[in-house]
Amino acid sequence: MRERILCGAALAVVVAFAACGGAQQSGEQGAERGGEDGDDPAAGPEAAGPEGEEAARELMAQWRRQHPDREWIEKEQETHTIVPPADNSDLVGNPQGATYARITERDVALWERETMRLVADGSRVFHSADELGSTIAVSCDMCHPDGSNTHPETYPKFQVQMGRVALLRDMINWCVEQALRGEPFAPDDPKMRALEAYILAQRSGTELGYGRR
Amino acid sequence: MTRRAKPKSVESKYHEERESLFEGLGRLDRRGFMKVSAAALGAVAAKGLTYTPFSFLPVTVAEAQAGRSFRFAYISDSHLYTRDVNDRFVRQLLRAVDDINAMDPPPDFVLYGGDLAQLGQPEELALGAQILRSVRVPVKMMVGEHDWFLDMGDEWQDLFGEPTYSFDHQGVHFVTLNSVLEEDFWTERNMTPMERMQTVAGLDNTIQSRFMVGAEQREWLRRDLAGKPPETPVIVFSHSPLYKYYRPWNFWTEDADEVQAILRRFRNVVVIHGHTHQLLTHRIGNIHFHGMLSTAWPWPYAPEGLPELTIQMNRANPFDPNDGLGDGAVDVHPDGLVDKLYNLWNRNPIEVSRTYTVSRGRRDVPARPNLPSY
Repeated sequence: MRERILCGAALAVVVAFAACGGAQQSGEQGAERGGEDGDDPAAGPEAAGPEGEEAARELMAQWRRQHPDREWIEKEQETHTIVPPADNSDLVGNPQGATYARITERDVALWERETMRLVADGSRVFHSADELGSTIAVSCDMCHPDGSNTHPETYPKFQVQMGRVALLRDMINWCVEQALRGEPFAPDDPKMRALEAYILAQRSGTELGYGRR
Repeated sequence: MTRRAKPKSVESKYHEERESLFEGLGRLDRRGFMKVSAAALGAVAAKGLTYTPFSFLPVTVAEAQAGRSFRFAYISDSHLYTRDVNDRFVRQLLRAVDDINAMDPPPDFVLYGGDLAQLGQPEELALGAQILRSVRVPVKMMVGEHDWFLDMGDEWQDLFGEPTYSFDHQGVHFVTLNSVLEEDFWTERNMTPMERMQTVAGLDNTIQSRFMVGAEQREWLRRDLAGKPPETPVIVFSHSPLYKYYRPWNFWTEDADEVQAILRRFRNVVVIHGHTHQLLTHRIGNIHFHGMLSTAWPWPYAPEGLPELTIQMNRANPFDPNDGLGDGAVDVHPDGLVDKLYNLWNRNPIEVSRTYTVSRGRRDVPARPNLPSY
């Protein structure tokens, strides 16, 4: 039993490496790494003797020291209410179209984890004047607690004050420039993608009604 | 209070005076009328004037009744950073001070509704104190959570004194509470004072505890009100709403029911609160609740729990940096009930009259929004 736990810890090192390495890079890369560590699930008890356990423990401790923010997603979820993505667990066991494989619990967990990673990153940026680049210490949550009153379901719509049709990202940038006195984000800026993800996630279940004033 | 005092001609002054007299007379019963007449004659005699039926100068109707109507103004939730960090919030507080100083006649006093500072720092509080010194009438201070949680109120109390106090004005008993106390969430998390402050400063931060008045202050309140007859008009100032609106944002006071129970025996109680940055109206039995506007930023209405009597103000226009903000005034009537004026900058002011809350929303309904919250 004890061996199994330690073995689990060793596996956790690998998983944690994968998960956190992905956090520093793009979500897509994170997904690939998550897939890799599943290829060798049986680095079993016999592989890790007492020396192996010791090494795993040492590695884990070292890695923890080097990554004080390793649990940033959990921390973000504890600090702010984030609407979770749709539950796909009813798909487990279904065939995946043209491939031989069937959808596993692991697939579902991976989709959820990766989606939540982007949304949680959005929550982090949304609540941080520094991340947003505000020059007057203002962040989005000051006027939009829990992403409220952002009504992403109403875009695109003609924004009279801009004289053109605005997308959600145009309104985000408008606020970043005017309300926060910061520099607007490029449309594909990772922070813009994360902000859009968080704002949309918070309105999950709301009917779309583009153009609504 | 929405416009600056302009010089008026003798004719306009006369007509205004005349109109207010007849308006007042219309509300009087016979006994009241006799009192006014007697007071008017008395005033004439005292001044040694010859009485002419065309002069309305000696006395106003309200003054001659048992109590007197009076007005106090409010400024709230300025969330000041220091000027070099954020000049916008500073300018907005200055605008509110200008509004108050331009009121004609001036209000009897100004209530500052809490959250003077954004992060409770000595420089922020000092800047706020400095700006509020230019208000030309007395200022009554109330504390908010943004003033409190860096040093648990040390600096604020050095500048402004005790956060819990009472006073009497024109026959009304006023009570100011510190309603933003929280259960300790910081010790077990090993937070620095600044981390604790920033946690509380996030409205949607789920780690912090809920606001409360606490047993000690409730006991103080009980003693403060002891022996007062139930007809005494009581007005309570609290930073958070003294009822339960929306828990996740602390639009909420955890022990609100207990505080309300202490106030229950009075005929009329009014609670004026800050924190919610929006027009908010509520009534629970004898207690009438009114929110205050912020000068810093507006908040959307919470997704649930909105009191039935509240007619929402329009959602803020993001293209107007001062929209949804403002200050206001409270007209207190001799019975202790109030007309609440929301002086929204760049919009028409909205008045929530006492007849509206007394009639439970049937009479004198305030203007309905044409752009409600999503």
